[in-house]
Amino acid sequence: MTQYIVLSAILFTIGCVGVLTRRNAIVVFMCVELMLNASNLALVTFARQHGNLDGQVAAFFVRVVAAAEVVIGLAIIMTIFRTRRSASVDDASLLKY
Amino acid sequence: MTDFVKPTVEYFELYPLLVVFGIAVLGVVVEAFVPRASRYLVQVLLSLGGLGAALLGVVLVAREVGTHADGAARGVLAMTGTLAIDGPTLFIWGLVIVLAIAGTLLFAERHLDGGVSAFAGQAALPPGAEAERRQLIGNREHTEIYPLMMFAVFGMMIFPAANDLLTLFVGLEVLSLPLYLLSGLARRRRLLSQEAALKYFMLGAFSSGFFLYGIALVYGYAGSMQYAQINEAVRNDAGSSALLLIGIGLMAVGLLFKVGAVPFHNWTPDVYQGAPTPVTAFMSAGTKVAAFAALLRLFYVAFGADRSSWTPMLWIIAVLSMFLGAVLAITQTDIKRLLAYSSVAHTGFILVGVLGMQSASDLAVGEITSLQAVLFYLATYGFTVLGAFAVVGLVRDASGEATHLSRWAGLGKESPLVAGIFAFFLLAMAGIPLTSGFIGKLAVFSAALSAGAWPLVVLAVLASMVAAFLYIRVIKVMYFDEPVGDGPTVTYPSVLTATAIALGAAATLVLGVVPGPLLDLAALAGEFIR
Repeated sequence: MTQYIVLSAILFTIGCVGVLTRRNAIVVFMCVELMLNASNLALVTFARQHGNLDGQVAAFFVRVVAAAEVVIGLAIIMTIFRTRRSASVDDASLLKY
Repeated sequence: MTDFVKPTVEYFELYPLLVVFGIAVLGVVVEAFVPRASRYLVQVLLSLGGLGAALLGVVLVAREVGTHADGAARGVLAMTGTLAIDGPTLFIWGLVIVLAIAGTLLFAERHLDGGVSAFAGQAALPPGAEAERRQLIGNREHTEIYPLMMFAVFGMMIFPAANDLLTLFVGLEVLSLPLYLLSGLARRRRLLSQEAALKYFMLGAFSSGFFLYGIALVYGYAGSMQYAQINEAVRNDAGSSALLLIGIGLMAVGLLFKVGAVPFHNWTPDVYQGAPTPVTAFMSAGTKVAAFAALLRLFYVAFGADRSSWTPMLWIIAVLSMFLGAVLAITQTDIKRLLAYSSVAHTGFILVGVLGMQSASDLAVGEITSLQAVLFYLATYGFTVLGAFAVVGLVRDASGEATHLSRWAGLGKESPLVAGIFAFFLLAMAGIPLTSGFIGKLAVFSAALSAGAWPLVVLAVLASMVAAFLYIRVIKVMYFDEPVGDGPTVTYPSVLTATAIALGAAATLVLGVVPGPLLDLAALAGEFIR
């Protein structure tokens, strides 16, 4: 069991570091999805460990929510790409201080 | 493995929730089938009617709902224990619905910008394109904003009622996703609006990633998603405490992001500034109310037995929020950013009330519980901030809203009424007596004091003095500074925005002069059921 939890922690960390270091909005968003899926792995592993289904059911719900998030996220990234011809998160810097 | 049990659905208690959700879905259908010309009217009437019916439902449920099994508080565990419909839930539901009604009125305002609403004609078109110019002339506007808002209200109602971790996560997302979209739909200053939506979305998704991993770890610790069973596990110290501690920390990141506490506040000024002002008004009030109620339930009911592990963290965050929020607000030159930083400071003040947690039996007669104080503060702050942002939408120049503070100089001469109302809201945020802000601050501070958190209260009083300076400065700009150029102009709104502002001002005044009834209502709400 522990190996799976360690794996999920590694995936979560990769996702987290990716969000903080990558500059393309799409890649940042993919890293967020990686974090969600790392959580799913942890949920399913714990469900197996505790012998109940709560975690597995939760994983399904998380997938649905992640799909909804993709729709919203890509719509927002699309509009900003059309306006600026760039999906870099560094270029969007009109709002500051 | 337990056998599958057919769930019972408590339709009566869930009625307000179902009405709001039904109206949201119906709004989507209206978008598909009703001719464009009549959509605006249909959507506005649908939203207002639905919210009114839901408010009526909340009152009915609050009158009928019986005592919960253990006899300590009134309430029902609905949907096999995933939603807790108890006093605090119903209080927050009522509050969110009233704020949403005012928000709908602001959304529907078409008088301020030459016959169109504050929302983009067609958000998918790039700003300045030929097609967009034609849309502007054709006075087209998105009416999808009303169903989106109703979905957000639905999320804001699930969030405080959630009684297990999965429902909490789904509630968080249902609340957030429509708001990400709404922030990007401004008609004017589209680039700022789109950027606000991108930042809000990216940071929101990032924080909900942390939140979800926290949920997974707490589930790993307790072996259940239900708050009651997590509480049981925490009491018996059932699993590895490292899992629990990291889980609490990660979940706190997600919730503190939503309430906008330092160090997770960075999105607040950008989003408040970039989003269309009606959306800012609704979001700043509604999100804070719903997220604080959810945070209270999670920390009191699920992690209440392990108080010593999370109170130090909230102490630091409360102090940081109050001081950084107030100090950074002083340096702002944009009125919307200024109000955003002041909302960060208010988050700190509410956290002071949250830290006044102690069980009802420890209190002397007549003392208020921290839950009661926080509920009251949320009500006062929600109305004040909604009214303040509604007034911001009225001060305009040729290019739309004049949000730069220098453009507000001389507003007192230009329109004594608008400047007076705004000054009143600012004084309420500063906590001057005879406004609701004073009673709210008094309530949270005395709750914290009776729990023995006096150093925190001393710091909070100092922070309110810093914050008072900031609000007085804006009042000085409005009344005593010479106007730049031809000065600000005030566009007089239709009855819709006027009603929303009047509601905010009336609540701010009445709750400051006769706070008794609402405090009694908060007391009547009682405790969370388990």
